[in-house]
Parts: sequence; structure tokens; C-alpha cells
Amino acid sequence: MELYDLSIARCRKLLEEREVTSREVTASVLGRIERVEGSVRSFITVNAEEALNDAALKDKEEQSPEKPLLGVPLAVKDIICTKGLRTTCGSRILEGFVPPFDATCVARLRSAGAVIIGKTNLDEFAMGSSTENSGFFPTKNPWDLNRVPGGSSGGSAAAVAAGECIGSLGTDTGGSIRQPASHCGVVGLKPTYGRVSRYGLVAFASSLDQAGPITKDVLDAAILMNVISGHDPKDSTCAPVEVPDFTESLIPGLGGLKVGLPREYFGEGVDPEVAGLVRRAVEMLKDAGAEVKEVSLPHTDYAVAAYYIIAPAEASSNLARYDGVRYGLRVDEDRGLREMYEATRAKGFGAEVKRRIVLGTYALSSGYYDAYYRKASQVRTLVLNDFKEAFKEVDIIAAPVAPTPAFKLGELVDDPLTMYLSDVFTLPGSLAGIPGISIPAGFTSRGLPVGVQILGPHFGEEVILKAAYNVELARGDLGKAPEL
Amino acid sequence: MEYEPVIGLEVHAQLLTETKLFCSCLTAFGAPPNTQTCPVCLGMPGVLPVANKKAVRYAIALGLATGCTISKTSLFARKNYFYPDLPKGYQISQYEVPICRRGFIDIDLEGEKKRIGITRIHMEDDAGKLIHDEENPVSRVDFNRTGVPLLEIVSEPDIRSPEEAVAYLRALRDILLYLGISDGNMEEGSFRCDANVSLRAAGEEKFGTRTELKNMNSFRHIQRALFYEIRRQRALLDAGEEVLQETRLWDEAKQATFGMRGKEEAQDYRYFPDPDLIPITVPDEWIEEIRESLPELPAAKRERFISVYSIPEYDAGVLTSSRALADYFEDAVKGSGEPKKVSNFIMSELMRELKRDERDISECPVTPAMLSELLVMVDQGKISGKIAKDVFEEMYRTGTKASEIVEKKGLAVERDEGALIALIEEILAENPDQVAQFKAGKTKVLGFFMGQLMKRTRGKADPRLSNELLREKLAE
Repeated sequence: MELYDLSIARCRKLLEEREVTSREVTASVLGRIERVEGSVRSFITVNAEEALNDAALKDKEEQSPEKPLLGVPLAVKDIICTKGLRTTCGSRILEGFVPPFDATCVARLRSAGAVIIGKTNLDEFAMGSSTENSGFFPTKNPWDLNRVPGGSSGGSAAAVAAGECIGSLGTDTGGSIRQPASHCGVVGLKPTYGRVSRYGLVAFASSLDQAGPITKDVLDAAILMNVISGHDPKDSTCAPVEVPDFTESLIPGLGGLKVGLPREYFGEGVDPEVAGLVRRAVEMLKDAGAEVKEVSLPHTDYAVAAYYIIAPAEASSNLARYDGVRYGLRVDEDRGLREMYEATRAKGFGAEVKRRIVLGTYALSSGYYDAYYRKASQVRTLVLNDFKEAFKEVDIIAAPVAPTPAFKLGELVDDPLTMYLSDVFTLPGSLAGIPGISIPAGFTSRGLPVGVQILGPHFGEEVILKAAYNVELARGDLGKAPEL
Repeated sequence: MEYEPVIGLEVHAQLLTETKLFCSCLTAFGAPPNTQTCPVCLGMPGVLPVANKKAVRYAIALGLATGCTISKTSLFARKNYFYPDLPKGYQISQYEVPICRRGFIDIDLEGEKKRIGITRIHMEDDAGKLIHDEENPVSRVDFNRTGVPLLEIVSEPDIRSPEEAVAYLRALRDILLYLGISDGNMEEGSFRCDANVSLRAAGEEKFGTRTELKNMNSFRHIQRALFYEIRRQRALLDAGEEVLQETRLWDEAKQATFGMRGKEEAQDYRYFPDPDLIPITVPDEWIEEIRESLPELPAAKRERFISVYSIPEYDAGVLTSSRALADYFEDAVKGSGEPKKVSNFIMSELMRELKRDERDISECPVTPAMLSELLVMVDQGKISGKIAKDVFEEMYRTGTKASEIVEKKGLAVERDEGALIALIEEILAENPDQVAQFKAGKTKVLGFFMGQLMKRTRGKADPRLSNELLREKLAE
């Protein structure tokens, strides 16, 4: 086993016991990046030199319980601000932008001792489900280089799967952590909206965005959650809720736990192999002592429509600041202000971002607001109420993450609607603001990983981590690794 | 045809918070460009706003002072538009649910009271400032002002004349100053006003087409711009033409309004609730606490002045027109105990001097204690009322105490009986006709003799003593 294959927990153990140095682990990860990056392309920026220097400094630092990540090389999705380290959001419009501050979650990683190894690729401004909308290049799925890694946190998921980092942070707006985690055979947790500070997470859709861990196993997800969670005075939407030690919820056995299977998530349109793997995971939950019953989330069908009003509406406003005036790209042909705006945004944004800005601008326009944005907000409340009702009956909900395993590169690029529909099982949880985790359930006959999604009530990260941990225990080691 | 002007005003008042509405940058006026900025007010990617609690309290205070209903829950909303002085590409304002609704301000028009409704008061953040290079085709942006907290106070279209508009604005400004939540400085832009103006035929219910006037930087500008606009609209209507709904800028140099953009360029601001900010919830205790901490407001103070100091309503109105002036009055009364005399002196002598120099009462070189001393000297007969006015002018000019001026210039009342009698005898001897008239019963000529005496003493003769002596001498 190579050092780059380590999980966060094992890496920490070896570092703590002085079996290895952070510099060695970091060098191993950087070596791995050098070897496989040409085919996977997880990173927009590899922070090699600084990471090595940083690792050497970490090796001299005192171990302490306040530094649970001391010396661990982690990757961060390139939509999360890193002080002094280029942050592009996968967009040409932010070319050359170097944030003068750290996002709160990055600052917490740093103060926990993590080494930031690089910034991972994503769909431009996190808009997409395949990482093909990156303004720079697509990332490939490490399990099959002809396929997408999912998105929008495709770079973070692929990097973890390919051993290009020990763990990573992604962001999830409508499934952008869970879906790529599923497609890449890794663990991805979208926290409750308000659990992790959004300060420094470049906004796509402010009422939905959450940063969360993408890791090799459930314990690592819990470890990262311990570090990044908690109230932040810089984010009014970040809840002042106590943060438990999430690792303590990882105990075998699910006696007394009630699992709901939403009828609407197991109907037509789900790939039979995917459905089979999910059901196998549900069996594992049952074997661990959980009681399984069917529940209904009747407004599921409307979630995609509501999401594709709300998220683009917020995005159209959030992305107005990229106007060429203060930072990033400016296309200025001395033809006046309006022309500068138009030329800059025409050149800087990709097709999908433009599509959503137009959608959102339309939905918020005077005369259309009530029919679109207000209606979508009402639907959102109904979707939330579906979950509230369901969680009166069950403790967690188990479901597929996506209807299919990873699709082929280019397969859906020209079919945005089908691409949007591939988020059908992750969007409702996002709209409701509830936590969800994707954990590998197994592989399809073609060898593609498939995850199972476990959703919990607001601030119910502990219970979904516990359930995921039990799936992981029952499943055992994945038994294979991407051949790169 | 007879027309009735219908005017509604939108005031933007900058709040006197130390820090901006959504970040901790300072708000001080006049700092070098872009020295009071941070990633948040510069609209960097990834930043988030956090509402300034003090600004919310100030908004509530104004709401309570103007009889508004305070919303238990209100929302911040985004007003979207592109401009280089607006770094986020949207202004954070309030739209569907403002913090205060449905209030009023009572104005006083030459003794007539009128109630002007307030539709809403909401919070919003200010934009930056463009600085255009005169020589090169370049514009620069100063973001110091970006994010400074403003209250927008929207009146009902209850105003019917430029005079009413100015009276409303003065009253609103007085309240802001009384509350200490804004400095009301129009030159520095911390009190700005836009006006919606339309005309309708007398007796008509329906409003006419309105124009929105901007760029008026003083009460005088506002009054003139409204006069101009009313005249312009009247001429159009009289000629059978239509008033175009548009924004017009007041040009003070040209003394006219000019259309800025027509209907075709009407902006769609695409308001929606700002997802970065949680709803503002105002607990009842908060409202009560703020209500209790409100200072005495102009109207209440006016009533108290009338009842406690027994001064006329007119005097009370003038004296309470600003908190500083009212405090000045009360301090001066404390030292002299003569409310009406203090009031008279302030309203005539003191206000004339201030007005001439365009000075605020806070800049008055004569302190309330100094004025008290002067009035006490008059009261005790040490100087005459006429001399007091001259002494006051000197005090105002030099900031010297009354007693010092009187001493130095020898202005104290002439009380030397011998000297006065000598002068009286001289006057009587020189005016035998008037003496005869007096003896024939025409006591009015007493005034003539007093005048002569004052002339010869340069006003210093003690009036009471002189009167006595004159009567004595005439009776001889």
C-alpha cells in the first residue's frame, strides 16, 4: 500500500506515531498526481511547492487534539476561497483571481493542521453534473476514463478515488457532493444547510450551497465534519448549533433504527443495476438491525422544476459581480461601459452558466416573479414538508443517489434537460436543506461504482453517518481500486 | 385651469453607525478613496453580509418616532442592476416587507397643522462613488461609501406644495437629529431627497402622470425644483400635451429640470429576498426598550415649552426646530429664569446673527451661560435693553463675556442722580414749549424728554430712575 492510498484516520495514526512524516505523505500524493493527473485531470491548481514546505513545517509542529488533521494533505474544490492561492470557480471569468482571505471552512482545515495540496476541478461555478462544464477541461472518472466523474465536485471526488489526495472538500447545491462521490466510489456528505459556514464558498445558489467532505471512508467524513462544522459569525445563515464529535456515532448495530424507502425514488427510470445495488445496501441496514418501511415523498416530481427556478434565480444575482470592473477577466475595447460588461461576460462565462443566468433573470423578472420564483419557493416548502412528514415515521431515508452509474463523456453535453433530470434524487434533499451522505454500495457488471444515499432530518448528520458506517462494515473493503 | 400639485418624497438618510450595514468597515466621511473597504463591501467572490444590529435599532427608533408599525419580521431583498459603483451587482435593500410601515409626520404651516403620511421606512446599503477624470477618458471608483447604512423614508403623496414639502423635510430632519441617528448633512449627502410630482385638475381624485425629480442638494434646491416642475407640468397640460413619466434631474445652474431617461429604459430590478440574510425578527421587548430610550421629540417638546415656560406657540415652534436650539434655550433659561425674555432674545438677536452667517446653533460663539449673564444684567438694571443688543453683537463677534464688554466700554447704566438731574435741567431749559405742553396735560411728551436724555447719555441712562427724576423736575 502506498502512502497516497491512506485514509485520513490511518494517515494521522502513522503521523502521530512518527512512522511517516507529513512531507513523505505529501510527496507521495504529489508523485501520484504527477503520474495520473495526465489522464484523470482532477486539479486546476496543484499547490506542490507550498504544500511540501507546509508539510515540512507541520512535521515540526507539536501534536495536539486541536490539530486532528496535522500534516494531512487535502484537496479543496476550486470554488472555495484559499488565501493567496488562485481560486477560479472553474471559470475563465475569474482568471488570475487570488483571494485575499480564506473561506471559513478552509481556515478551519488549516488551523486543524491540514496541508492544502491543490484546488480541484468543477463544473463552472458548480453548475453541472459531470465536470464537463469546467471552463478549463473535463475531469475523467478514475474507474473508467471514458466516463465522467459526476459533478459538480468531480475533481474532488476523482482526486480522492485516484489517490491524488488523502481527502477533500466539495460543495453540494443540488447533489454536487453526493453524485460524484457515488460515481467515483467514495464517500460524500452534504451537511445540513447551516451546519458549515458558507463564508468564502463562492456562491452559486446561496440558499442551497453547502461545503462538505469527500473521503475514502465514513470515518474520514466524520473527522472532516468535526473540523468544518459550527457557527460562524461571518455567515448569518450558519446555525448556532452545537457540534458533536461525529466520530462517536460510528458504532456497529442499528437496532431500533427505522429506515424509509421513498416509493417515488424506486420507480421507472432507475437503472436496474443501480436499484439492485441500493436494495442490497438496504439489506445491509436491515441486517444491522434496522427496520425498513416504505414512505412517500409526494412532491418529488416537482423538485427538479422548483430547483431549476430557485438555483438559477439566485445564481443570476450572485454572478452579477463578475462584471470586469474589479477583478478577474475584463474584455475592454474602449467602447464604453455597457460594451465592456457584455464583452467580458460573453467571453468569461461558458454556455451552461449563461443558460442559467438567462433562466434565473427571466424567473425574477417583473411580471414573471409570482409565476416562477414565488411558486417555486412554495413548492420548496411542500418538498420540505414531505420530508418532515416522513421523518415523523422513520429516522433516515435510503435511496439511490442518481438514476444511472457514471455516463460517458459527451453523452449528455448537448442534452441539458436529461442532465438536469439526473439530479432527481439529490435535489429534493437540497431543497429541504437536510443532510445526505453517499456511500459506495458496490459495482455494476461493468465495474462502475454505485453509491447509496442516506438522508436524515435537519442536523441529523450523526444518524446518517452511523447508518453509512454500518453499510460500510457490512460491505467490507471495496476489493478493487481504479486501474491508472 | 386650476391644478393641484401632488407630491410624494423619498428621503435617503445616512445612519450614524460607526460601521457599515453588512461589514465592519468604518463609515467616516472624507477618508482617502478606498481606505474604508474590505472583501465584503468590495463584493469579492465568496463573501457574505452580516447585518449591523445598531442600524436595525436606529430604523426602529425612527419608526417609533413617526408612529409607524414595526414589522415583527422583515426581510432584506436584493435590488439587481449593473453599475460600476455597485460591486455586488445588487443593492441590499428591503422590498416586500420593510421594517417600518404606515406612520406620519405632523407639519406646521404658519400655525396650520397638517399630517403627512409615511408609507414605509426601510434599510439599505449605499453604493460607491464614481470619480470621473476631467482630462482622460477614465473613471475611478471610490468604494468607501459602499455599504454605508441608509434609511429610505417614503412619504404618502400627501404633499400639496413646495412649502409643504420643505416643511415635511425639515420636520423629518429634525426628528433624525433629535434621535441622533443621522447628521442630516445635505452637502455631504447624508440627507438626500427625491420627489415624485404630478398635477391633477382641482377636485379630481385620480393622480396625474408623475415625474421623479433627483439631484436636489438643499432645501432651497428642492423648493425651486418643485416650483419649476409644477410650472413646467402646468404649461404642458394647459397646452394639451402629456406629461411623460420619467426621471428628471434638477440643474441648479440652469434653474431647470431635465429628463434623464425615458420609460423605454425603465429598469427591472428583479427584487427577491436575499438568501444570504436571515429574516430580521424584532422581539417586543426590543421595541419597548427602544421606545423607552427615545428622547423627547420635537412635537412633545413644543407642547412642554408652551405649558412649562408659558411662551407663545410660535416661539415654542421656533425654539424646538432643532434639539440643539431647544437645549440652548433651556440652558439659558436655567441661568436667567426669564423664559419669555430668553425666547425673545434668541428669536430676534441671536437667530438674526446665525442666519446672516449661515451658522448652526452649535457653532454659536455665545454660550447659553453667556446669554444668561447678559439678560440678568438687563434684569437687574445694570444695562439697558437697548445697550444689551449692542453688547450682544460684540459678544457674538468676539466671544467675550457681557460683563467684560460692559466694563471695558463703560456701557453700564448711568445712575448718578446728580449727573442725570443736570442733564434733565438742561433739556427742560432748552425745550420750554414741550414743558408747557406737559404742564397742559399732554403727558405724552414725557417720551420726547426721555429720548433726549437717552441721546445725551448714549442710551445709558437708567430708564426707571430717569423717569422718576423727569417727573419730579417737570412737577416743579
